Amino acid sequence: MSLVRSHVLICGGTGCTSSGSMSIHEKFEVCIKKFGLEKEVKVVKTGCFGLCEAGPIVVVYPEGAFYSHVKVEDVERITEEHLYKGRIVKELLFKQALEGDVIKSVNEVQFYKKQKRVVLKNCGIINPEVIEEYIAFDGYKALGKVVTEMTQQEVVDEIKKSGLRGRGGGGFPTGLKWQFTHDAIGEEKYVACNADEGDPGAFMDRSVLEGDPHAIIEAMAIAGYAIGASKGFIYIRAEYPIAVDRLEIALKQAKELGVIGDNIFGTDFSFDLEIRLGAGAFVCGEETALIESIEGRRGMPRPRPPFPANKGIFQMPTLLNNVETYANITQIILNGAEWFRTIGTEKSPGTKVFALGGKINNTGLVEIPMGMTLREVIYDIGGGIPDGKAFKAVQTGGPSGGCLTYKHLDEQITYDNLVSLGSMMGSGGMIVLDEDNCMVDVARFFLDFTVDESCGKCTPCREGTKRMLELLNKICEGRGEIEDIARLENLAVNIKDSALCGLGQTAPNPVLSTIKNFRHEYISHIEDKKCEAGVCKALLKVTITDKCIGCTACTKVCPVDCISGNRKEMHVIDQNLCIKCGACIEKCPVNAIILK
Amino acid sequence: MKSLDELAKIREKALKKVSTRNSDKKIRIVVGMATCGISAGARPVLNALVEEVNKRELVDVEVTQTGCIGVCRLEPIFEVYQNDEKVTYVNMTAEKAREVVANHIVNGNVVLKYTIGAYEK
Ligand SMILES: Cc1cc2nc3c(=O)[nH]c(=O)nc-3n(C[C@H](O)[C@H](O)[C@H](O)COP(=O)(O)O)c2cc1C
Ligand code: FES
Repeated sequence: MSLVRSHVLICGGTGCTSSGSMSIHEKFEVCIKKFGLEKEVKVVKTGCFGLCEAGPIVVVYPEGAFYSHVKVEDVERITEEHLYKGRIVKELLFKQALEGDVIKSVNEVQFYKKQKRVVLKNCGIINPEVIEEYIAFDGYKALGKVVTEMTQQEVVDEIKKSGLRGRGGGGFPTGLKWQFTHDAIGEEKYVACNADEGDPGAFMDRSVLEGDPHAIIEAMAIAGYAIGASKGFIYIRAEYPIAVDRLEIALKQAKELGVIGDNIFGTDFSFDLEIRLGAGAFVCGEETALIESIEGRRGMPRPRPPFPANKGIFQMPTLLNNVETYANITQIILNGAEWFRTIGTEKSPGTKVFALGGKINNTGLVEIPMGMTLREVIYDIGGGIPDGKAFKAVQTGGPSGGCLTYKHLDEQITYDNLVSLGSMMGSGGMIVLDEDNCMVDVARFFLDFTVDESCGKCTPCREGTKRMLELLNKICEGRGEIEDIARLENLAVNIKDSALCGLGQTAPNPVLSTIKNFRHEYISHIEDKKCEAGVCKALLKVTITDKCIGCTACTKVCPVDCISGNRKEMHVIDQNLCIKCGACIEKCPVNAIILK
Repeated sequence: MKSLDELAKIREKALKKVSTRNSDKKIRIVVGMATCGISAGARPVLNALVEEVNKRELVDVEVTQTGCIGVCRLEPIFEVYQNDEKVTYVNMTAEKAREVVANHIVNGNVVLKYTIGAYEK
């Protein structure tokens, strides 16, 4: 009989793996043996816990003790004190898991308390490489129910009723898409999953695949049944080695157990799945480019219509959904469309996972009910801005999205609301910017990305975005003219109207939204040749303030000898010679030199 | 996979292995496992409790450990928490622990003769 009384969950997500969680895993195995606890304690590798910044993360059950920033050296102590003697090691807990002397379990920590975990419900709970653990948490029950008890149309209707919308960016009603593909006629039909996830900073889909790969496999089989397809493709970028690995393991186990394969649950429904690796081009996340890539061609978009629902992979009707969209399906089938509608808002039901990043205390992955305000996400869950700096903006929607300001902090996060404010939901990147971020530079960053990633097939996107980038560079370098703002706006509108695919059609958004909400920053770059945030190097001056004590340290490090002044007297910099290398700023013992 | 029954069987078996990962259960049994407890024989008591709870599939019972409970001379000690009430069992052995699980945890009858109250009389 089992003596296991404690489970040690070690995060095996990409974040924690890269900060060394696998050597912590090994060390636990060693220490547990040393204390003779092999029969009593089980070590489990899980998916991402969402608080990657505090990684490597280790959670010990049954107490739910939440250890953060765990080091290999800490393992012995946790084993001896906690696992052997039963005393939680308070100093090693995540700091918000300790309130005075009271220890809070992982679910009571503020970061998780306001979240609602539907998509991520198994992440950080199960071992994604063991199919039985997934089954223990109701895995493959939805598939069983669907194929044995429901008709195809009933499944489509349930998804329609739930009001689920595509989580890949567009927010298109999922049920409707399923209906179109169900109704389309073709000798063969396909189900595809978009796991390309190319937005800079986004890692929601990766985490779902790493933490709960079976949820996607199961949902795709359900979709296959509903639309009448017997074959599916998961398109995932090769740069996600851990996710690919877990998917392969999961798929193998699913086939061995017969939940994927022929005559599933003894019915005449058969379904097969294949993994296709992408080379990591942003445009391959666009649905038609993704289809080209699956077919073995260069990933370039094709004009729509025809839509994939009618002519997709190999010209056959194809249902394409995003990873997170699929991750909701089993939950909707098991708990019902009404349950799903109790979460979120009328037009945006359910939850959304965001990759919270930038100038924020708790960077990581958060899942919130739709309709929560930006303020709640940034301050309550994210823990606010570090170092007492002032909030400036929040960027959502990645390279296709926009920047919102403090005026919008109390706005609700829903598909339609974000669009009406000039940004968008996108796939779920949320980057917080503070007073040290220059908004012109932010716009330039995203445009630089789209120029790089433009596939080159259509002229507006290939040439237009490049011209916009040139204008932004000109402004950031202090050569801007006031007419450049209108030029940018004019180009933006034209590119939006004429580009072939979503990449070009949305590429100007970061520029337009920053012009709209932060026009004064553009103007001060152009007219006053100033970058208030101190980012655009060409517009900054290194100056010595009256805090100078005349120690002459700076004159010795200056590589171009542009600082002069007598000992014990204030020094000055010759601006014509200064190359703004910053060496003097670092050297100054009294912080008298500033870049402004 | 041939049927829903087959899936249910796999689930039932797997569920027992993961029930530890739930930090809000109805009943908590806390065993004193400081140096005093361990040297008095708390480890076999802890093992017996875990084994018994697992064997009887008591998914709503959590067995954990704590440090010194404070009355070292009465170790091994464990406390049973349920609905904000606490019962403290002292001078435990593996056999007595199994008895407590059977009578108190399963049937709801506190085993008075082993409680700290009975001992101190
Ligand atoms: C340039 C570009 C990149 C995209 N990248 C992704 C992506 O990485 N993942 C994704 O799911 N959808 C991406 N999309 C959206 C897809 O085209 C498609 O709408 C989506 O996968 C459909 O699934 P959904 O309805 O479940 O959201 C991208 C679109 C564009 C225009
Ligand atoms: S990778 Fe460990 S918490 Fe995200």
